[in-house]
Amino acid sequence: MTKYGLLVDAQWCSGCHSCEIACQMEHGLPVGETGIKVVKIGPWPIGDEAEENWQFSYLPIPTKQCDTCASRRAKGKVPTCVQHCQSKCLEFGPVSELAESMDEKQKTMFVLN
Amino acid sequence: MSEKYKTVEHERPFKYEEGDLNVTRGCAWTGPGCHLGCGVIMYTDQEGKFVKCEGDPEDPWTEGRLCMRCLDAPEVTNHEKRLLYPMKRAVEDRGKDKWERISWDEAYDLITEKFMDMKEKYGAESVVFAQGTGRDIAAYITRLAWSFGSPNYTGFLSGQACYLPRIAGMAATTGAPWIPDCAQQFPERYDHPDYEVPEVMFIWGNYPLKSNLEGFYGHWVIDLMKRGMKIVTVDPKVTWLATKSDLHLRVRPGTDAALALSMMDVIIKEDLYDHDFVDKWCYGFDELKARAAEFSPEKVAEITWVPADKIVAAARMLGKAKNSTLQWGVAVDMTREAMPAGQAILSLWEITGNMERPGGMVVAPEILSVAGGWGRELLGPEQEKKRIGIQDYPLYNFGFAVSQPDETVKTIETGVPYEIHGAWLQTTNPLACMGADPQRLYKALSKLDFIVVVDLFRTPTIEALADVVLPAQTFAERNGLAFISGAQRGSTINKIVDIGETKSDMQINLELGKRWNPDGWPWDNVDEMFTDMLEPTGMTFEELQAVAPAYQPIEYYRHEKGMLRSDGQPGFNTPTGRIELWSNFYSRAGLDPLPYFEEPEPGPGSTPELMDEYPLVMTSGARFWGMFHSEHRQIERMRHYRPWPLMEIHPETAAKYGIKDGDWVWMEGPLGRAKRKAKLTPIMDRRLVSCDHGWWFPEGDPEKFYDVFDLNINNTLPWIPGKSGFGSNYKSSICKIYKVEEGN
Ligand code: SF4
Ligand code: SF4
Repeated sequence: MTKYGLLVDAQWCSGCHSCEIACQMEHGLPVGETGIKVVKIGPWPIGDEAEENWQFSYLPIPTKQCDTCASRRAKGKVPTCVQHCQSKCLEFGPVSELAESMDEKQKTMFVLN
Repeated sequence: MSEKYKTVEHERPFKYEEGDLNVTRGCAWTGPGCHLGCGVIMYTDQEGKFVKCEGDPEDPWTEGRLCMRCLDAPEVTNHEKRLLYPMKRAVEDRGKDKWERISWDEAYDLITEKFMDMKEKYGAESVVFAQGTGRDIAAYITRLAWSFGSPNYTGFLSGQACYLPRIAGMAATTGAPWIPDCAQQFPERYDHPDYEVPEVMFIWGNYPLKSNLEGFYGHWVIDLMKRGMKIVTVDPKVTWLATKSDLHLRVRPGTDAALALSMMDVIIKEDLYDHDFVDKWCYGFDELKARAAEFSPEKVAEITWVPADKIVAAARMLGKAKNSTLQWGVAVDMTREAMPAGQAILSLWEITGNMERPGGMVVAPEILSVAGGWGRELLGPEQEKKRIGIQDYPLYNFGFAVSQPDETVKTIETGVPYEIHGAWLQTTNPLACMGADPQRLYKALSKLDFIVVVDLFRTPTIEALADVVLPAQTFAERNGLAFISGAQRGSTINKIVDIGETKSDMQINLELGKRWNPDGWPWDNVDEMFTDMLEPTGMTFEELQAVAPAYQPIEYYRHEKGMLRSDGQPGFNTPTGRIELWSNFYSRAGLDPLPYFEEPEPGPGSTPELMDEYPLVMTSGARFWGMFHSEHRQIERMRHYRPWPLMEIHPETAAKYGIKDGDWVWMEGPLGRAKRKAKLTPIMDRRLVSCDHGWWFPEGDPEKFYDVFDLNINNTLPWIPGKSGFGSNYKSSICKIYKVEEGN
C-alpha cells in the first residue's frame, strides 16, 4: 500500500485555520473536531527583545481523524486542507516523493496512513 | 461574450452535477460580510440543502483557497437563528421582545404608508438611509434613497472613518483610487508578462491576512514573499507577519502621519526620490519638501515611539527599491486627521515614482461605477442641496455622495437645519459596530417616528430600535452582481437555495422602489435589473454568469498614454494634470493643502493632564480570522475559536494593574467603558492595550440588547470627525483598566 504524507512548509503557515474548518466541513465533524489541528508556537522573544528575534510560528498536525480525504481523492481532487490552505504550505503525495523536497528548515512531513 | 474582457477557461458550466450533489460556481459576496468576494463552489444535496462551500480552483484570485468564514458559509445560511419572515413591533414597545410576524405585503404596505407620510409632512430628506461597511448594497440602497427623494444616504460611522477618507483623499489629490499591484488585475496573475514582483511592500495600518480588505486577498502577501518580495510592517503589535519583515515599525496608534512625513524628510534629504517622475508628474514638491523638513527623525521618534534609526532605514528601503508597493489599511482612516495622514503616506510612493509602475501602485481598474451610488439623477439638484454636511465639509463632494455622519447624528438630535423622522437601516448594526458613542446614537435614533431594519439575524440594533424588520439573504440564496472595489472584475453571485421567506437586499429595494417611484425602478425582477446595470459591458446577467470572472485588459503607465483623463491628455485627472502633493482642492476647501500631523486626542501628546487617570494608550478593532465586524457571534464553528471579546496586554503591564490572564476587565476612557477578557501577551507594547470590536452576545437577553452596551468598545469614543469631515479617532484613545467585580 502506498504510504501517503502531508508535507508542511511550516515557515509559511499563517495560522489561518482554513485547513481545520475545510476538514471539519468535508467530514461533517462536530464543532472543534478536525483531522488537522494547527498549533501555535510562541510568541516569545528569543533572548533580548531589542534583538527582534521572535519565536512565532504555527504548525498544522494531522490527527487520528485524518482519512487522507480518500473519497475526495477518488474524484480526482486534492485533499481539502491542501486545496484551501491560504498560504499554500501543504502538499500531499506519496511519502517517497515528498521526502525529496524535505530540504529546508521547518519543513515537516507527516505520514498519514 | 464581449471581446472587451478576458476570462479564464472553465472546465465545466457554472452549474453541474457531481454524484448526487448539485454544484454551482459563484462568488461569496455577501452576507456573511466580506470585502473580497472569492470564487466559490457551492454544493446542494438532493433535498436542495446547501451542504458545502469550497474555494474555486479556477478563480485567479484565490486558486481555490478560502478562509474559514466562507468554508463555514452553510452554517450561516442554514442557521436556526436566521430571520425567516418580516416582523413588526409597536413603536411604544421598542426594546421589548414583542415581535409579531407579518407578511411581506403587510410589511411593504406599512413601510410605504409611513415613508410616504413622512415625505409629505416633512420632506423626503427627513428619512435617513444607512448601510454598514461596503458590500454590494451601495448601488441599491442609494437608488432607493435617491428615488425616494432623500439625499441622506450614509453610514453611522464617525468621519466615515473606513476607506472613504483614503478614497476621497486619493480622488482629490490624484484623481483616481490606487491599489497595490499584486497582479490581481490580470487573469494570468503573477505570470503576466508585464508584471514585476515588488521589491518591498509596506504593510501599513492593517493585518491583511486576517482582514481581506477591499478587493485584496490577504495571502497574496505570502504568494509574493515566496517570489522574493520583502516586507516592512507598520503596526504597534508584534504580528506573525511583523516577525517575517525586514523592518517592523511599532508606531503609536494615530501618529502615522508624523512617521510618513519623517520618512519623506529622509528620502528628500538623502536624494532618494525620483527626480524625473517628480518633475514631470507632480505638483507642489518644494512646498512638500519644506513641510517634511519640520519632521526630523529624532523629533518624530518621540512622537511615534519608532526609533529614529528605523525611520531612516525604512525611508532608505523605500527610496532605494526598484519598485515598491503599499498595502495600507483602515488604521489610516481611523484617526481624526485621516486625510493628511493618507496624503502623507501616499506621497511617499508618489515622489519615489512608484505610481503606475509594475509592482508599484496602480489605478484601480473600474468596469461598473456603481460602488459610490447608482441613480443619482433620480434625486435632483433641489434635494441634493439638502444633503447633511456638504456646506461645512465640501470634500464630501468627492467619491461618495454620502451625508456626513457626525452632522447627521447632530441633525437627528437638534432638528437643525431640518427634522429627521425616519430611518432605513440595511446591512448595518450601528449599536454594536461602527457607531461611536452608541448610547448617544441610541438616544438619537430613539427619537425617530419609524425605523426599518433589514438583516440576516436579530441584532442589538433591531431589538433596540426597529419597528419593522425585513429578513435578508446570504450569498447562497440569491443572484447578484459582484464588481468589487479594488481591481474590479465582473463576477456573479449565483443562487442555490431558498430559506424561509427571506428576500435579497436587492429584491427588497427593487420591490419597494417600484412602489415609491416606479419610473426609477422599471424592472420586473432583479436579473433584469442586473442586465440593465451591465449595459456598459455588452453582456447580459446570464452571459456573465456563464463566463465570470471577466477582466478588463489593463496596462501600466496609463498616465503617459492619456488613459487616466477623460480628455485623453497625458497626466492625472486633477486640475493641474499632475499628482498634487500640494492640493488645489484642499486649498479651495479651506484646508491645509499639504499633509500635516495632529496629535490624537485624547492621548499622551494632546491631553497629558488626563494620563494620570487614564494611563494607557488604547487601540481597538483587532481582527480575528473567523469574524467579520459584528457578525458571526452566533456561528458556533467560528465562535469556538473566539468565545469572548479580548483585551491584549503585555504581562508586565497586566501585573502592574493586578490583572491575570483570563480576568474580565473594564477598559474605561473619559467617555465610557467596555468589558473584555484579558489576554496577556508579549506582542504588546507596555504602554498600549488593544481589543477587538463589534461584540454582542446573541445568546443573551434581547431586552438587554444582547449586552451590547457592556461590550461595545465604542462606548469610549466620541462623535468628532477631522477638519475635512473625514476621519475619526476610532483606533487611538486612552483608558484605565480594572477588574470586573460584583458591584462595579
Ligand atoms: S487530508 Fe483530508 S482528512 Fe486529512 S487532514 Fe487534510 S482535510 Fe483532513
Ligand atoms: S490553512 Fe495553511 S496557512 Fe492556514 S493554518 Fe492551515 S496550514 Fe496554516
